Amino acid sequence: MQQRSSTVQAPPAAVANRPAPPPAWQPRVDPAPLLPDATPFRVIGTDAMADADPELLLRLYAELVRGRRYNAQATALTKQGRLAVYPSTTGQEACEVAAAMALEERDWLFPSYRDTLAAVARGLDPVQALTLLRGDWHTGYDPHEHRIAPLSTPLATQLPHAVGLAHAARLKGDDVVALAMVGDGGTSEGDFHEALNFAAVWQAPVVFLVQNNGFAISVPLAKQTAAPSLAHKAVGYGMPGRLVDGNDAVAVHQVLTEAVARARRGGGPTLVEAITYRIDAHTNADDATRYRGESEVEAWREHDPIRILERDLTERGVLGEDGVREAAEAAETMAAALRERMNADPVLDPMDLFAHVYAEQTAQLREQAAQLRAELDAESEA
Amino acid sequence: MTRATTVAKTVAAKPRPATMAQALQRAMRDAMAEDPTVHVLGEDVGTLGGVFRVTDGLQKEFGEDRVTDTPLAEAGILGTAVGMAMYGLRPVVEMQFDAFAYPAFEQLISHVSRMRNRTRGAMPMPLVVRVPYGGGIGGVEHHSDSSEAYYIATPGLHVVAPSTVEDAYGLLRAAIASDDPVIFLEPKRLYWSKADWSPESPAAVEPIGKAVVRRRGTSATLITYGPSVPVCLEAAEAAQAEGWDLEVVDLRSLVPFDDETVCASVRRTGRAVVVHESTGFGGPGGEIAARVSERCFHHLEAPVLRVAGFDIPYPPPMLERHHLPGVDRILDAVARLQWEAGS
Ligand SMILES: Cc1ncc(C[n+]2csc(CCOP(=O)(O)OP(=O)(O)O)c2C)c(N)n1
Repeated sequence: MQQRSSTVQAPPAAVANRPAPPPAWQPRVDPAPLLPDATPFRVIGTDAMADADPELLLRLYAELVRGRRYNAQATALTKQGRLAVYPSTTGQEACEVAAAMALEERDWLFPSYRDTLAAVARGLDPVQALTLLRGDWHTGYDPHEHRIAPLSTPLATQLPHAVGLAHAARLKGDDVVALAMVGDGGTSEGDFHEALNFAAVWQAPVVFLVQNNGFAISVPLAKQTAAPSLAHKAVGYGMPGRLVDGNDAVAVHQVLTEAVARARRGGGPTLVEAITYRIDAHTNADDATRYRGESEVEAWREHDPIRILERDLTERGVLGEDGVREAAEAAETMAAALRERMNADPVLDPMDLFAHVYAEQTAQLREQAAQLRAELDAESEA
Repeated sequence: MTRATTVAKTVAAKPRPATMAQALQRAMRDAMAEDPTVHVLGEDVGTLGGVFRVTDGLQKEFGEDRVTDTPLAEAGILGTAVGMAMYGLRPVVEMQFDAFAYPAFEQLISHVSRMRNRTRGAMPMPLVVRVPYGGGIGGVEHHSDSSEAYYIATPGLHVVAPSTVEDAYGLLRAAIASDDPVIFLEPKRLYWSKADWSPESPAAVEPIGKAVVRRRGTSATLITYGPSVPVCLEAAEAAQAEGWDLEVVDLRSLVPFDDETVCASVRRTGRAVVVHESTGFGGPGGEIAARVSERCFHHLEAPVLRVAGFDIPYPPPMLERHHLPGVDRILDAVARLQWEAGS
């Protein structure tokens, strides 16, 4: 040991001749403006509420109430066997509704399987929105009609579609923005990463909305990611991350509207994380008591999106008893109509199986279609 | 018409040697010039012109917005192409190598192949995925896979593989013009194969799904496609010495499958061997043999045989010649067609 240290005393020749160091590394982008705030952005209960447009507040309220009723009705339809499954957004209505309301007509929505409500709030016929979950057809609507992509069941795979569409729109000179929705679990998928990276590199007019509802089926966020927040992930891609209280409809609407406007004027993509909570189980097939306690759910019920908005608006005299009743009645009317329409069995044409596989049927499919036709004819004769 | 223009035209149309890579490049160039919605994207397709130079010069001619070097992410490339197609563009995607397309399989299978179907025709996917595929170029691991079995097992995709310079042009034009997604398998060992070809008056673009008889024969049919076509033609020449007059059918398209041309040939010859590089077990040959047996049973003098790659992961380059179906293995199979019941 001793001897060794004495042998290294003279500076080696290589060090003396070492070339000048390369230029000091600098970050390419100042990360500070991209970082999310430490606490989720809120409007309800703050002074900023006084500046909010009362008309918008009342619209948000009515949409939330209608959305809650929609969730309840769709859940009831699963119990009656009318829907195979329904992933409820009870407790998350503020995110769903504000997402739809932040978009202009020409914009596109890219929903996940849970985001039926966002599609309905955007104006999609509720029955058409439910065909995937009822089982009569995967996508019951023409995506171009409302500019709503098919509800995506594989997690996060719709995010690169949103990027590609927004990119294409910009290449064509259209000021169209794409809003892509994903859950907290979906942020772990590779497609989430690839979509954010492409969007940032291309400066595509896209807004990513992560609804962090605490769980991916049974797995809590802590087992999903070690990131400080999901919004922090934005920094690594070079886009701003925004953290918002997902149960504060006014705050979600404001953050999303700003992000959409920013994208529209060429400012590039934004990643928004909305902190919310899934009050119902993952779907009707899930037993939530296995992975969470009732006290946790109760705490979130106190922070319910409808409750906190209604309380604030009532206290400040923006919403009266009449307003509450009207919203409830409108929601009830929607639910009754939905129930009635969903109680009718859909009329299906089995030949549809072959109709849309290719633009032109292959010889093989024509043969198979003829086989099914013959089977159907035999059935109807029997 | 003046004499000068006539001469110029004759000169321009005169066939000259061209490689398959050049014909493919020309197909993209012509399609892009004709249709502003055609976009090319992928890894290194711009400045470099692709690692096989198939997109050479396209970015210079059409700009970065239409020929785009993407980040290195296959799911992202295909996934964004889906969104571009939703907005009315016709993306032509390049996967750098066969085995590097696998990260994009989820997009391919879960979205590309079924978007038309799930939206009842409202949202077609007019995109092309170009995949340099197959072995024989001494590539290191993950550079020689024949992945067509995965593609043909996915309804909603067209799967195409050219074997000649002319077909490379014609089929790629047809693929880009198709309103359905096309997996375009480019036999990479044929990229530098040459033929006399007139780029100014290329062969008419045939609709996808038509097989072609490359060689007429009477005693047996070799059914093949892509990189195995030249091998089969060579085998057919060699077989003549042994008294076999072999017919060679080049499928050109695996989906849709041209039962008509294939079965007409087998009914004429009474015997068939399917030849391809990908594995035999679970490979396309099984499907083809079954179809032929079902449709031509009474015309068959012997069971339909297969000459395929072994059922192994693609071997290291120094061993690949043992794996790839070559002339001898094909001739052995042809000899076995002298089948007698019970033998
Ligand atoms: C690629 C993929 N893997 C697994 C599933 C099965 N799956 C459906 S929902 C879900 C959890 C998703 O959680 P999250 O992204 O947080 O969304 P949430 O359901 O909470 O809205 C899983 C694992 C799937 N749909 N897609």
